Amino acid sequence: MDTVIDNHAPTAAPAPWGRVRRSRYLADRVLKIACTLFTLLGAFVLGWILLMLLYEGIGGLSPAVFTETTPGPGTQGGGIANAIVGSLVLTTLGIVVATPIGVLAGTYLAEYGKGSVLATVIRFVNDILLAAPSILIGLFVYILMVQPMGGYSGWAGGVALAIIAIPVIVRSTEDMLRLVPGSLREAGAALGAPMSKVIVKISWKAARAGMVTGVILATARIAGETAPLLFTALNNTFWFSPTLMGGVSNLPVTIYQFALAPYENWRELAWAGALIITMSILALSVVARLILRKDRVR
Amino acid sequence: MSTIALNTSSAIGNAAAADTRAPVRIAVKNLNFYYGDFRSLKDVSIDFYDRQVTALIGPSGCGKSTLLRTFNRIYSLYPEQRADGQILLDGQNVLSPNVDVNELRARVGMVFQKPTPFPMSIYDNIAFGIKLYERLPKSELDGRVEEALRKAALWDEAKDKLRQSGMGLSGGQQQRLCIARTIAQRPEVILLDEPTSALDPISTGKIEELIEQLRSEFTIVIVTHNMQQAARISQFTAFMYLGELIEFGPTTKMFMNPTKKQTQDYITGRFG
Repeated sequence: MDTVIDNHAPTAAPAPWGRVRRSRYLADRVLKIACTLFTLLGAFVLGWILLMLLYEGIGGLSPAVFTETTPGPGTQGGGIANAIVGSLVLTTLGIVVATPIGVLAGTYLAEYGKGSVLATVIRFVNDILLAAPSILIGLFVYILMVQPMGGYSGWAGGVALAIIAIPVIVRSTEDMLRLVPGSLREAGAALGAPMSKVIVKISWKAARAGMVTGVILATARIAGETAPLLFTALNNTFWFSPTLMGGVSNLPVTIYQFALAPYENWRELAWAGALIITMSILALSVVARLILRKDRVR
Repeated sequence: MSTIALNTSSAIGNAAAADTRAPVRIAVKNLNFYYGDFRSLKDVSIDFYDRQVTALIGPSGCGKSTLLRTFNRIYSLYPEQRADGQILLDGQNVLSPNVDVNELRARVGMVFQKPTPFPMSIYDNIAFGIKLYERLPKSELDGRVEEALRKAALWDEAKDKLRQSGMGLSGGQQQRLCIARTIAQRPEVILLDEPTSALDPISTGKIEELIEQLRSEFTIVIVTHNMQQAARISQFTAFMYLGELIEFGPTTKMFMNPTKKQTQDYITGRFG
């Protein structure tokens, strides 16, 4: 052996204890308290809204709410059956249009467009669309569809909601596909699978829980949108036409109009509608979370 | 020879001796490889023999995985990577644009470092590769899946849960599933990129046994960081360093009596 280690040589003096300043612990505690406080504040506001809704809305919930159409001015009773069904139709229409577009565009961004200029531009535009004021979308569809078609329609409403949902689905699809490890794609390609097979059979399958969740959250998002409907589907106090031409009754606009009305029964129905819509969105979010959790466990 | 080399040599001789008269399956001629502007393989020429296990060894970044990834052109998934030179598989230059890359990959299978089961059932994991190139009746497909699982020594553990997700298997089982998936396509060559580095010693032992069995049917090229593994399972060994092929020969000779000093230094653990 060339180098001899002397175990008896004196080592450097050990560092003294108590060098960590008290102020560090103080800063630590301040941050912790601030974070907790503001979390509670947020949760408190949300809880307040929910409790208020329950308090005011439950009283108005009666079988008539689900069976009768919206009452005219000055008439007693009535329900919001036409608005509930109308909202279901509009939301379904919106999501049916938005899902294929959003999923395919998100797939392009994550799988084909890696590093391409086009993908970068699309991603940027998508982010702008994601943050665009929804009233603008309503006006856009008004000019695009309502004017040429000569009137309000459920179709215009569905398209306006789809335009709100598309960027949400594009974003969630791209994010979820990016979580699929590249090694899985390589393994598919290494078996001689063309890219289309790798995407459809492997990437989509691996990301499907996340992608479905994205679509559900987009549904929840458009279910409560009011502004894009104001200029497109408008509203209707009666049952809407099966062709969806003319105004189509819907919950958000009904709530908006009834909440400001001078009639007691209208305001009660507005509360009931708000409760129904909020609970539906809550249920959709819970379903989305359950799907994701089940996927993680598996 | 130093004592360290003698320790390594205890593993030599476990594998069958190199068959120096076996026909050449893959002939690499003057291969260069580039990641963008960086040249990571420099004029590599090497032959791989039919139904022999060839181990590629060398320190990290020496180009052994890069070389492996040229044989099935998997590198071409990444636009900034390219290769020039020739890789002749049974006389056909696989780098030629005329060669259909997917057909090539069905002939030259690959197993990766980390097990990569697809998010589908064990059965579908294996049927996926078969169905890409063959249209078989169900009964025949069942037979091919069973055959592949048997050859990959996974049948006994998997036969009762063919419909369960492949992700539910242990790491070692997942890697054998990936091998089964590869051999189900009946390739000519199997490329293994550090297939045991993510596995425990018992799973590693099973995979090594499997490689020894598969040699009777397939030409195998394996990249490994583990020199004992190279000595245990391969007939031929290639030592690479900084993108160059330093030395290639029968494994016994490479470990007992290497010609180049760099090889000697690496296998005795002086660097790397």
